[in-house]
Amino acid sequence: MTAPASLAQPFHTGDTPLPDIIILTHKLARDYDMGGEVVRALRGVSLQIKRNEYVAVMGPSGSGKSTLMNLIGCLDTPTAGEYWLNSQKVSDLDDDELARIRNKEIGFVFQTFNLLPRATALHNVELPLIYAGLGARERRDRAARALERVGLGDRMEHKPNELSGGQRQRVAIARALVNEPSILLADEPTGNLDSTTSAEIMAVFRDLHGQGQTIVMVTHERDIAAHAARVVTLRDGVIATDQRQAA
Amino acid sequence: MPVWESFRLALQMIRAQKLKSGFSLIGVFIGVASLIGAWSIVNGVNRYMTEKFAQTLFGVNTFQLRRRPIFTPNVPDSVWRAWRRRPRIQFGDAEAVTAAITVPVITAWQSSENVSVFYGDKEARDIELTAASERYFDIKNLRIAVGRAFTAQENRSGVPVAVLGDAVAKRLFVDRTPLERNVRIGGTAYRVIGVVEKQGSVLGFPLDRFVVVPARSPAQNLVNPPGVLDALLVKASSEVEMREAMEQAEGVMRSRRHLRPRQDDNFVLDTSEGVQQFWAGISRILIVVLPGVVIVSLVIGGIVIMNIMLMAVTERTREIGLRKSLGARRRDVLRQFLAESAAIASVGAVFGILAGIGLTMLINAISPLPASVSPASILLGAVMGTGVGVIAGVYPASRASRLDPITALRQE
Repeated sequence: MTAPASLAQPFHTGDTPLPDIIILTHKLARDYDMGGEVVRALRGVSLQIKRNEYVAVMGPSGSGKSTLMNLIGCLDTPTAGEYWLNSQKVSDLDDDELARIRNKEIGFVFQTFNLLPRATALHNVELPLIYAGLGARERRDRAARALERVGLGDRMEHKPNELSGGQRQRVAIARALVNEPSILLADEPTGNLDSTTSAEIMAVFRDLHGQGQTIVMVTHERDIAAHAARVVTLRDGVIATDQRQAA
Repeated sequence: MPVWESFRLALQMIRAQKLKSGFSLIGVFIGVASLIGAWSIVNGVNRYMTEKFAQTLFGVNTFQLRRRPIFTPNVPDSVWRAWRRRPRIQFGDAEAVTAAITVPVITAWQSSENVSVFYGDKEARDIELTAASERYFDIKNLRIAVGRAFTAQENRSGVPVAVLGDAVAKRLFVDRTPLERNVRIGGTAYRVIGVVEKQGSVLGFPLDRFVVVPARSPAQNLVNPPGVLDALLVKASSEVEMREAMEQAEGVMRSRRHLRPRQDDNFVLDTSEGVQQFWAGISRILIVVLPGVVIVSLVIGGIVIMNIMLMAVTERTREIGLRKSLGARRRDVLRQFLAESAAIASVGAVFGILAGIGLTMLINAISPLPASVSPASILLGAVMGTGVGVIAGVYPASRASRLDPITALRQE
């Protein structure tokens, strides 16, 4: 099974993707060795995502969506296949280069926010810039701007425990955006939020998408996935459906 | 991430967890404090020994012709018995040696005994009575505060005059002038002609409880049998001349004692070297033992820090995963944890240095030991303390840096 032709340009090993294709996976596979037994979590996923697309990845647990998420996020390397991110072949990069890609090209938003509890909102947002090697002054300025962008300009010196769940997730979004990444990669971004706050976060995503941000979001909630312009469904390590939908 | 950034982060972490950090740096603290404290004692006593004690006992470029060495620690009984069988130093020996030395020297006779000194109904007990010749004051570097020393003429004719040590003058005369008053020593009246400047103390021994009288005055009977003296003091103007004078003195004494070439000297030419060698021996022992104590506490300190850091890595697995997902490379994580470990140890070392200096000041204040902080010990303490932190941090930090971000992020 492969992706429907309407959503992917033909791609062959040795090709270079077109510049407007920000994510391209070609027959991406990932096997895990679970004590002698090989688990084939991904069995050849070919996926193309263009600049400024808003894609939701769905699928039941065990479908391989977390594995795909980790591979797209450069937290993991594939067993076979190719992965191109922003015209760069990342599937055969080493550890340090992957760290640089994560820093520059990918903005993570996690289900559990993953903020440093003892640090202020501002310092949390500064973190990626520290690893980008920026000076203190520029870090502060850019982190402040990112916080303003998600509507938290007046909460910069607050620590996570002084913020609501929705505000925490917005701090995390600001942190994801601060390095101006190619993709915003969200893993169940509303999983720990009530429906009102979820709607709030989805509104933030919609605005960002409107400003040109490419977003890939993993979720198992159909109504959250409904916010995306395109839904990719995985089943048993392969793409089952890949459809555009009206926003 | 620059190094100072990691260090700043580490200090934040220490401040946030004061109690835990306090426990973890106690080993390094004790190690560094004991290093500096003990080193200060060795250093202080060392300086004292070479600069003051030996000088007070002997004087610069000075040797003493004696029956046996003045400073005799750990001498076996057999040696003691041999020393006691040796002949005493006679007035004639002293005169012959003085006459035979050709290099320019000054010499003085000296015999001492502990006595009581009386003035009216007042008594100064346990006073060192020294029967000496007039150059004694020059050789011992005893400056006269009030009055004068006795003259060569007074010494030759054995006039009963006395020069008092500061403590004796204070004890007998309080704040009146002792000059021209008569003190009684062994039943003889001595006219006080001078008081020596206050000398203070060495290692807790007071140096001002003495009276000096002419060698041929009646006090000779109190300090030695007739015609016998404890020591002939010879002061040369340089080390080389002192050595030459010693050779000449040895030659004269050997011929006066009719010693054959194979026989050992039955007298000594004693210098401050003996004292210094003895002290050097003690300080060598201290210098061997001291690092043992310091190393043990630093090793324990290092193990404690390593454990704390391993705990920190476990506790902060999610944080490490997060940092990696945000672009931290292995070496960034490694550096962060190394800096944290080094920061804990450095803070311990800083407190240890302060405590060591405080300890030194305390020792100075309440004990006679002349402790003195050595700058090298501060440097070494800082370097060793921080070094322990870095070494103890290597294993936990490398574990942290090798964590898989996916597993780390999933950690609860």
